[in-house]
Amino acid sequence: MTKLILSRRSLIRTGALGGGLLLSGCDKLYQQPAFRGALESAEDLHRVTQRALGGQALAQEFRPADLSPVFRANGSKEGAGEAYKQHLAQGFDRWALRVDGLVARPLDLPLTALKALPQRVQITRHDCVEGWSAIGQWHGPQLGHVLDLARVSPSARYLVFHCADIYGGAPYYESIDMMDARHPQTILAWAMNGRPLEEAHGAPVRLRVERQLGYKHAKFVMRIEARETLAGLYGGKGGYWEDSSGYAWYAGI
Amino acid sequence: MSLDADPPEPEAQGGELVRRHRLSTRVWHWVNAVTLLVLLMSGLMIFNAHPRLYWGEYGANFDYAWLEIGQRGGSGYLRIGSWQVPTTGWLGVWTDPGGMERRRAFSYWATIPSNYSLADGRVWHMAFAWVLALGLLVYLPWSLVNGHLRRDVHITRREWRPSHIWHDVKEHARLRFPTGAAALRYNVLQKISYAGVLFVLIPLMIVTGLAMSPGTDAWAPIVTELFGGRQSARSIHFLCAWGLVAFVVVHVVMVVLAGPINELRSIVTGWYRVPRDNP
Repeated sequence: MTKLILSRRSLIRTGALGGGLLLSGCDKLYQQPAFRGALESAEDLHRVTQRALGGQALAQEFRPADLSPVFRANGSKEGAGEAYKQHLAQGFDRWALRVDGLVARPLDLPLTALKALPQRVQITRHDCVEGWSAIGQWHGPQLGHVLDLARVSPSARYLVFHCADIYGGAPYYESIDMMDARHPQTILAWAMNGRPLEEAHGAPVRLRVERQLGYKHAKFVMRIEARETLAGLYGGKGGYWEDSSGYAWYAGI
Repeated sequence: MSLDADPPEPEAQGGELVRRHRLSTRVWHWVNAVTLLVLLMSGLMIFNAHPRLYWGEYGANFDYAWLEIGQRGGSGYLRIGSWQVPTTGWLGVWTDPGGMERRRAFSYWATIPSNYSLADGRVWHMAFAWVLALGLLVYLPWSLVNGHLRRDVHITRREWRPSHIWHDVKEHARLRFPTGAAALRYNVLQKISYAGVLFVLIPLMIVTGLAMSPGTDAWAPIVTELFGGRQSARSIHFLCAWGLVAFVVVHVVMVVLAGPINELRSIVTGWYRVPRDNP
């Protein structure tokens, strides 16, 4: 019996040792740029496959009865800086969205101008990269109309959203490509669930890019910059989470 | 094609070496052994980012979670419905190798990477998900064509008879394994488990995984509708993962009981020594 217990104990010990080796092995392997690069290349496979199969398919839309009772606010719950606080206090009456970069006509669009563009109202499911989901109603102009108004250049491949929030000490920003920018459900939402966007949800304007995960939906959007490349901007990976933690730029998965 | 030849017809007496597993089965087995382990451990890392499960389309912190791994007052717990069990040291609250107390659902030894990183866990998970899905996509038609499914996994009407299944259950419970020619055929419990993994669990893992992708949901909304919503799909993904863990545990135990050297040789080299009849 003693022998059996001993062997069982040594079995557990061997198992734990093997497990430990496996774990540190995986972590070590991941530190190899070639290995990590190979795993990360699956992101391109996702993007290409999703685009090939999905094209410009619309994200599922829901009924008012499907709305989440409480829509969780995540990430930055407030904008940063004196200017932002002042605009917030003034109800964004004197605020304007800057549209520039590779555009023939740089714009400063006040909220009234955004509201005067053709609007879209959509009830969609917001999927966080962490795994939770919330259903909300979003209201705002299609981004495509803003791009047409600014006469975006054909050489522009990306749109960068510069935000008023500071997260973990760095300014938040995000980017999408023109395919998602021109998607019918990609809107600049100024209202959520029938009310003007609250600060926690990114007042005055939040990007909705419905076929991607939550971190792509930039809040507190102050400026939209059309660019040919994402290189040379902050960490060069096209977004706050992409730069800081290595999250995928294409977040359709 | 000799590597992929059909196993010999069961005329074996016992004691001799026979070709048992085709190359395709052996490659599939070992690729999946690694892939499923990586997917499980990186999946637990992803779960750690939001260790709550829901039914329906939506679900977040303000909504009712049917399963939750959490911590309160420094002790960890697992709650399923209204049933709760303290899990300090294992789940919710545990100590990392550096002696630091961590407040995460699954422990460092169960996750890839071992230190909390949702981004890295996702990189592992989404890359190996391709290996699993493409592997199944190749293996299933291949096994259909080479006769593996028909000959080895197909459950005959006779085998479905409750008396036959019950007989097999009793034989397993007594740890009496078939010898001679019978050892070369899967018994009905084996067939049910292999078919369950091939046709139910792994396909469900892939489809519920896709159902969590907002990109896929746009062009194939049926994948979420099938399960009653994205959060339901996430719950089923989690449950099926444990179904696969249960399969692997039973599988490994059976291999150990049936003679690990012989079983391992057959799944590595294909050669299997037919067990002799017990006198």
